[in-house]
Amino acid sequence: MTEPDRQTRQTIRRLAEAGAAQAGALLPILHAIQDELGYVPDAAVPIVAEVLNLSRAEVHGVVSFYHLFRTDPPGKQTLYVCRAEACQSMGSRELERHARDKLGIGYHETTADGRFSLEPIYCLGNCACSPAVMIDEDVYGRVTPERLDELLD
Amino acid sequence: MENRTRVFVPMDTTARSLGADGVAEALRREAESRGTAIEIVRNGSRGLYWLEPLVEVEVGAERLAYGPVAESDVGSLLDADLPGGGDHPLALGPTESLPWLAGQSRLTFARVGVTDPLSIDDYRAHDGFRGLEKAASMTPEEIVAEVTESGLRGRGGAAFPTGIKWNTVLKTDAAQKYIACNADEGDSGTFADRMIMESDPYVLLEGMTIAGFATGATMGYVYIRAEYPLAIRIMREAIERAEAAGLLGGNLLDSGRDFNVEVREAAGAYICGEETSMLESLEGKRGMIRFRPPLPAVKGLFGAPTVVNNVISLATVPIILDKGAEYYRDYGSGRSRGTLTVQLAGNIRQGGLVEIGFGRPLSELLYDFGGGSATGRPIRAVQAGGPLAAYVHPSQFDTPLDYEEFAAIGAMIGHGGLVVFDDTVDMGEQARFAMEFCAIESCGKCTPCRVGAVRGVEVIEKILNGENEAANLELLRDLCDTMVSGSLCALGGMAPFPVISVLDHFPEDLRARA
Ligand SMILES: Cc1cc2nc3c(=O)[nH]c(=O)nc-3n(C[C@H](O)[C@H](O)[C@H](O)COP(=O)(O)O)c2cc1C
Ligand code: SF4
Ligand code: FES
Repeated sequence: MTEPDRQTRQTIRRLAEAGAAQAGALLPILHAIQDELGYVPDAAVPIVAEVLNLSRAEVHGVVSFYHLFRTDPPGKQTLYVCRAEACQSMGSRELERHARDKLGIGYHETTADGRFSLEPIYCLGNCACSPAVMIDEDVYGRVTPERLDELLD
Repeated sequence: MENRTRVFVPMDTTARSLGADGVAEALRREAESRGTAIEIVRNGSRGLYWLEPLVEVEVGAERLAYGPVAESDVGSLLDADLPGGGDHPLALGPTESLPWLAGQSRLTFARVGVTDPLSIDDYRAHDGFRGLEKAASMTPEEIVAEVTESGLRGRGGAAFPTGIKWNTVLKTDAAQKYIACNADEGDSGTFADRMIMESDPYVLLEGMTIAGFATGATMGYVYIRAEYPLAIRIMREAIERAEAAGLLGGNLLDSGRDFNVEVREAAGAYICGEETSMLESLEGKRGMIRFRPPLPAVKGLFGAPTVVNNVISLATVPIILDKGAEYYRDYGSGRSRGTLTVQLAGNIRQGGLVEIGFGRPLSELLYDFGGGSATGRPIRAVQAGGPLAAYVHPSQFDTPLDYEEFAAIGAMIGHGGLVVFDDTVDMGEQARFAMEFCAIESCGKCTPCRVGAVRGVEVIEKILNGENEAANLELLRDLCDTMVSGSLCALGGMAPFPVISVLDHFPEDLRARA
């Protein structure tokens, strides 16, 4: 993994300082970092810890506890496939297999060309029109393997 | 301005997931090029999800429905004089007369899908802020009494009486108290919270403010799952607009009282829907369960007395204050008062949101509202009440939707989600997934859950692979017992329930595969 450059560190510090005054600041700050950089780099841990006056272990513990914080850069787009029960009832297991085969990667991986990351997700609240996927922040319903191909091409 | 016919195209997540944005854009473009004067309103969804995108047109005092509308239908709809309510193969007649809607009692969801979600004028024109205005003239004790008498029980899953919880917070002396709205909605098959936040955000803010008035809390947080980016955006925007209109903040509505609300985004951990874990998360920590006592109502967020309530519980409070406890309590059955917001999900032909008084049989939801399975095959199982709840067998489908009646068959109403499976379902695999989900989501604080769930997956896989079937089935029962009795919270304590229901009702699927 490459070390983030000076500018990235400055961004992290700026976001941490901007969010530090609020109560329970750590999650909002981590979200702000991930929104801006696409992930929470390892180098963010000591900076955020210093700004919030927490130990590195505490900050690291929080980053690693939550499934949706990622510590490596994502692809250009992220495909989230819903793995939860309502989607299972409408064929999401097949859709998951199709997504993996099509992209040639497993969960938490990114395609070699950097176009897509693949992540599991447990319910998008679109369960009346299962199976569902989300690409970045756009949700799609009743997604067949053919429809997924269209969405990814 | 000339009289433009209003055409409604929903903007909620599900409608958009089926192409509503494209329909709205095509309508705008086509109408413009034809010189047809229409005003497109992006309303919320009425929750008839099998008909989305459901386009409505206002003709006289009535709204007429068309659906499901694809982008490619827009031309022919305009050819058929959509603005005049013209006939078309997709025409469904007056929206309110659709049997699916007419058969419901929409109290909490009265405005959902009717209004433009972010318009404060629209909200007011549809009885908005009447509950709050009433509350502003009452003492905290009177508000708490009204909510208690309504019989409202928490809709997040545990069904604890809301008024009693509020009373504890009211009676606990503290300089600072909080309202923490649980919008983590983690159960598969549920989307009622999302619908409220996307389609009627002010009703939630109004309910939270009333909770503040009732308990003396002046600050509220809405903890929204990160999987709901649209709900997060809409709630933030609604808060800004409410502040600008003097409906939140200092001396709101000239009540002499203050209330502020902030949105906090979760980060994809199911356990953070559990209330003490959510409080830890709101404090910026890992979502580890807290030991109780103390109750959050006594010592909650940042150590202060805190009301933790689900979105639907809070969004139901305004109509209770507006129309009175008795009006609400008159709906329902037994000790389950008022209405339940049922979410029909999974393999169901007519999926969506059905709000009805408690007490109606499950079968009515599945077959009358739901129209049976989406695939047309027999329904074999229904998971009611989320991933930690039992799979209900067809022999139990006549059970009334009522907290106690469901508990009596070892099932749960929970947050009101019904996930339907047809007869192609592999219940052994569903049992395996229940344990897998618990293993993925365990916070790790206690051994029965952390270790038990991983063991559970292994044991079920062994059974399915035909390794020592009898011994492993016995082991699985024991393991379930240990998790149920030894876990610190309901994640580990309830994850075995779906597994036990498969052992009890679908044993033919939990055995060696040929
Ligand atoms: C593992 C677990 C997950 C939960 N998830 C949610 C949730 O997503 N939303 C919710 O409102 N309640 C959830 N609950 C229930 C809450 O702990 C709590 O009972 C509820 O938020 C209280 O609000 P209510 O009384 O209005 O229902 C969950 C409980 C457990 C044990
Ligand atoms: S039961 Fe599971 S989720 Fe609950 S406290 Fe124990 S380890 Fe954590
Ligand atoms: S279970 Fe997939 S969207 Fe809810």
